[in-house]
Amino acid sequence: MPKIKYIDEKGTEREADVPTGWSVMEGAVKNLIPGIDADCGGACACATCHVYVDPAWLEKLPPKQDMEETMLDFAPDVQPNSRLSCQITVTPELDGLVVRTPKTQH
Amino acid sequence: MLAPLLEMLFRTIMSQRIVIIGAGQAGAQAVTSLRAEGFAGAIAMIGDEPFAPYQRPPLSKAYLMGTLERARLFLKPETFYREANCELILGVSVRVIDRKARTVALTDGRTLSYDMLLLATGTRVRRIKCPGADLAGIHYLRSIEDVDGLHAVFQPGKRLAIVGGGYIGLEVAAVAAKHGLDVMVFEAMDRVMARAVSKPVSDFFEQAHRTAGVKLMLNTGVEAFEGASHLEAVRASGAAYPADIALVGIGVVPNMDLAKDADLACEDGIVVDQNCATADPAIFAAGDCTWHVGREGVPLRLESVQNAIDQAKHAAYAMLGKPKIYSEVPWFWSDQYDLKLQIAGLARSSDQIVVRGDPGTRKFAVFHLRDAAVVAVEAVNAASEYLVGRKLIVAGARVAPERLADVSIPMKSIA
Ligand SMILES: Cc1cc2nc3c(=O)[nH]c(=O)nc-3n(C[C@H](O)[C@H](O)[C@H](O)COP(=O)(O)OP(=O)(O)OC[C@H]3O[C@@H](n4cnc5c(N)ncnc54)[C@H](O)[C@@H]3O)c2cc1C
Ligand code: FES
Repeated sequence: MPKIKYIDEKGTEREADVPTGWSVMEGAVKNLIPGIDADCGGACACATCHVYVDPAWLEKLPPKQDMEETMLDFAPDVQPNSRLSCQITVTPELDGLVVRTPKTQH
Repeated sequence: MLAPLLEMLFRTIMSQRIVIIGAGQAGAQAVTSLRAEGFAGAIAMIGDEPFAPYQRPPLSKAYLMGTLERARLFLKPETFYREANCELILGVSVRVIDRKARTVALTDGRTLSYDMLLLATGTRVRRIKCPGADLAGIHYLRSIEDVDGLHAVFQPGKRLAIVGGGYIGLEVAAVAAKHGLDVMVFEAMDRVMARAVSKPVSDFFEQAHRTAGVKLMLNTGVEAFEGASHLEAVRASGAAYPADIALVGIGVVPNMDLAKDADLACEDGIVVDQNCATADPAIFAAGDCTWHVGREGVPLRLESVQNAIDQAKHAAYAMLGKPKIYSEVPWFWSDQYDLKLQIAGLARSSDQIVVRGDPGTRKFAVFHLRDAAVVAVEAVNAASEYLVGRKLIVAGARVAPERLADVSIPMKSIA
């Protein structure tokens, strides 16, 4: 199973095995990793699953769809490496992916 | 001054027990929020379904389609309840609340005492009452078990009659059409989702379903189901329509019998104030089951994930002696085909609507204004309209209708 590393705003690192096909958001929620609210459960409707992707990994992610791009436009503290974690599907190629969770999702 | 202070101290005493009735979206959020807000007493949550709290929205979407497995429905991993020290009692329902003794009696014979009680009982489907309503082959959709029952017969080529053109009926229609079933929708009103969305949105979705091959019958109430023991046809407007399966989606009714029997006020839901409190200082309610005062000051009942989450948070604040007024802007979504409908605010109070964009492009939004201020937005594949709309609603902003309608002005510069 691919391993995903989540780093919170204080720098605490947590690693989780996330099944292929699940989203990076689900990897956090199902492993009790804090920092991601995911109110809508991955429907790309709430923008409370915002993460910053480690720059080394940005290129390897599938590009954002329109909906994600726009939702992110309005999230707090958006950076060029911002993504909605519910829209990143875990694949074997993403084994080792590192994401950082923001200070707040609201 | 002393009384509220004492009350607060009393409520935060560590040895207290909070009992949550209903293990759904609101119940799970309440556990999270109670712990996050520092409640250190005992929590017990009782749910009559055999499952830990799960998300219902995917039931009529990806879970029905078969693209999301059951494990992904659950809101929290099992370890969550252990770590939160929440006793999860599943497959058992609460029979009666004794407000004097502050106890609840369970169907397994147990009695639990509480210091504070949260009613998060949700809703149940409204059953159709017509001849043949008990025939085999007639389905409803509220729970995991409902979908699993439907799955067994959800096969390409089957003739599916959907009774009710609301969100659930139409989401199922979309999945079924994609899956190769032959789909008919019977809707008694003159447009689909009539209670929930404005006419331009109804008209658009009607067209989308027709284009996908769904037969939509408006102004057509179902009169009976026909068949020997299994459904064979649906009778509507005097004609018989052959069908192998029926899915009835004609709305829900709030689970409030417990509250009623305990002499708590109920309307079309359990009456709560803006802190999610009932008239009994030890009893609170959250989610689909509440009759509450929204931000517009009008009492109503909402059926949405947003309301379940936000009311559960507010109930937790109030239980711990830090009440906050619940005045969140409601939001909701529905997925049908490649169309994402996102709604914020309440359209029912509007006096003017503005359409932005061309529905023909499958991307547009409808803004609702009252006294020139934005009160609601319905957006189809239009996330910026939805998100900016939400901000405008929170701010109570007035925007010139011509600006809202002008797609050459980006939403960002309207915000
Ligand atoms: C098919 C479907 C699709 C949906 N799609 C969307 C969507 O796209 N977007 C959206 O925002 N919302 C959607 N919703 C609505 C959303 O799921 C609900 O608003 C939400 O689940 C409400 O949460 P709740 O906790 O109030 O109630 P529920 O999640 O229904 O939980 C209540 C629980 O309490 C249990 N219970 C009741 N009485 C007792 C008792 N006496 N003892 C023990 N347990 C009891 C019930 O069985 C239930 O398990 C959908 C709902 C359905 C059914
Ligand atoms: S979980 Fe809601 S947008 Fe990602």
